[in-house]
Amino acid sequence: TRACAGTLRSVSVDLNNDASLLIDIPDALCERDKVKFTVHTKTTLSSFQKPEFSVPRQHEDFIWLHDTLVETEDYAGLIIPPAPPKPDFDSPREKMHKLGEGEATMTKEEYTKMKQELEAEYLAVFKKTVQVHEIFLQRLSSHPILSKDRNFQIFLEYDQDLSVRRKNAKEMFGGFFKNMVKSADEVLISGVKEVDDFFEQEKTFLLDYYSKIKDSTAKAEKMTRAHKNIADDYIHISATLNSLAADDTTANKKNLEKLSDTFEKLRKVEGRVASDQDLKLTELLRYYMRDIQAAKDLLYRRARALADYENSNKALDKARLKSKDIPQAEDNQRQCLQKFDKLSESGKKELTSFKGRRVVAFRKNFIEMAELEIKHAKNSVTLLQSCIELLKSN
Amino acid sequence: MTKVKVGMDDPSSVEFVERRRAALERYLQRVVCHPSLLQDPDVREFLEKEDLPRAVNTQALSGAGFLKMINKASDAVNKMTIKMNESDTWFEDKLQEVENEEQQLRKLHIVVDSLVNHRKELCGNTAVFAKSLAMLGNSEDNTALSRALSQLAEVEDKMEQLHQEQAASDFFIFAELLSDYIRLLGAVRGCFDQRMRAWQRWQEAQSTLQKKREAEAKLLWANKPDKLQQAKEEITEWEARVTQYERDFDRIGMAVRKEVLRFEKEKAKDFKSQIMKYLDTMLQSQQRLIKFWEAFLPEAKAIA
Repeated sequence: TRACAGTLRSVSVDLNNDASLLIDIPDALCERDKVKFTVHTKTTLSSFQKPEFSVPRQHEDFIWLHDTLVETEDYAGLIIPPAPPKPDFDSPREKMHKLGEGEATMTKEEYTKMKQELEAEYLAVFKKTVQVHEIFLQRLSSHPILSKDRNFQIFLEYDQDLSVRRKNAKEMFGGFFKNMVKSADEVLISGVKEVDDFFEQEKTFLLDYYSKIKDSTAKAEKMTRAHKNIADDYIHISATLNSLAADDTTANKKNLEKLSDTFEKLRKVEGRVASDQDLKLTELLRYYMRDIQAAKDLLYRRARALADYENSNKALDKARLKSKDIPQAEDNQRQCLQKFDKLSESGKKELTSFKGRRVVAFRKNFIEMAELEIKHAKNSVTLLQSCIELLKSN
Repeated sequence: MTKVKVGMDDPSSVEFVERRRAALERYLQRVVCHPSLLQDPDVREFLEKEDLPRAVNTQALSGAGFLKMINKASDAVNKMTIKMNESDTWFEDKLQEVENEEQQLRKLHIVVDSLVNHRKELCGNTAVFAKSLAMLGNSEDNTALSRALSQLAEVEDKMEQLHQEQAASDFFIFAELLSDYIRLLGAVRGCFDQRMRAWQRWQEAQSTLQKKREAEAKLLWANKPDKLQQAKEEITEWEARVTQYERDFDRIGMAVRKEVLRFEKEKAKDFKSQIMKYLDTMLQSQQRLIKFWEAFLPEAKAIA
């Protein structure tokens, strides 16, 4: 299967506007379990060899890029855009399997419709994963500092298989820093004594908001899934009504046919309601949950820098007491302070712009979702009214 | 048809009581709709008398018990070794139609049942989500967005209400309609079985008459005059029975035919009105949904 990303990029706004570096994923191929993305770049920057080019990339390549950015010291004060999640076709695949098993109990028409529905679901997952990988790259390209990253350039340009380069990098870093973040961030962030009001507030806010948005994401997903189940039920209802209509010899026949047809149309509407809710609400919450995790990672790195600075102070005092290695200790302390200040300054900027970004994205998606709900409901109203009219006149 | 075993559901639950009330009401409406049954003195008494005599011998039949009753009649019919010679295929064809329809309705009922459950699930999930969203709104530090999140949580709360009402319609109107007709079609099959039994009785009487005639012939040959008189009397008796049973069979045949046609008309009317009622509830629901989201839209636009 192939899919085009289309105009699904709504979870993050104001991306890909700078003509000096435009990135998109116009195409993707799904072979068995592997998804191959076509990353297409258009640029006016002289740092690139050509003005326009495309490369094939796998999900693991994106992860490699994300990890190298996280491990880069210079970027410690930035919110690194969250890595796109692995393409997950488990749900539609499982349903396809169940459908195959239940084929004998359905009419041919019913089976065809269920299969169509499943293929649409497959395609939706596909489109989502393309979108989320595309946004990752566009966040990078629109960031003043990250867009200049050497590895980012390699990712975009290198026309050979990246997997060899990936392996070398992994050996270099070993994912050390990343693993540390996973295990210690909450404790360290809360444990360190905060000197700056701004960061104190941010810390409290982000920790609380993260747990709430994580909860909302999970619950939104459950809600959307229930909607999909209802759409599937409508398929079976429509099919059975059709069978009843076929055998009916009375005046009821036309009524049953119209009703079957109405349910068939309604299920398409319900399906769209479910998938729009998924894109505008669940995916929005999911994306910002990961983005907030990235912001928390920034706080963690800053807390580490503060801890380092405090340790360097203690070391300097010790050195002064012993009258030994004072210049090194002073140097170390100065460097730690510099690093901490740089992180704080950059961090403040990043967190402030993050707020704005979040608010804008939520606004856009809420508006779109409300408009779509209204549109679909109006469709349903028309369908139902037409059916009622026909039954009345019969 | 109205006998229901109390035990599976909590008899004090609101839903159970409502279901029974609605089912009994539909049953009575069907009874009085029938021109013959309306004349029945017992029916009149049931509707009019202040105090009814205590009912005896009306043990509640479980759903399984009722099914056993129907199956027993069908078994008796199936065990018939002589196939009925139908000059008129109307009965055979109609019975086949009824059986097919019953099968399809059973299938449909299973799916509608699934719909009811999924709708209830959606209802629950929406309520849970609304609460979670409200909590998120409280955490949000941007004032306008916080407000919008709370509003959205309220909209989802209203959606939960809509889903709950729709689930009730799904069940009380659609699912129960199907349940009723599955049972009614069973009763229709019962009528056909009664006709078969009447035919059986007639055939058995004919075969008994034949045996009596053979016995008479034997007695004639054996020359037993006193037993012969009795034999002749028995023959006369059975000849009358054969005639009676044939008449019964024809009468039942006509009644069944008339009943089935009346039933089909009623069914078409009933289905139509119930389905229209059901579609109307869906329509109302969607229209209210539109209002809720239209009210939310300016709130979303106000986020700054």
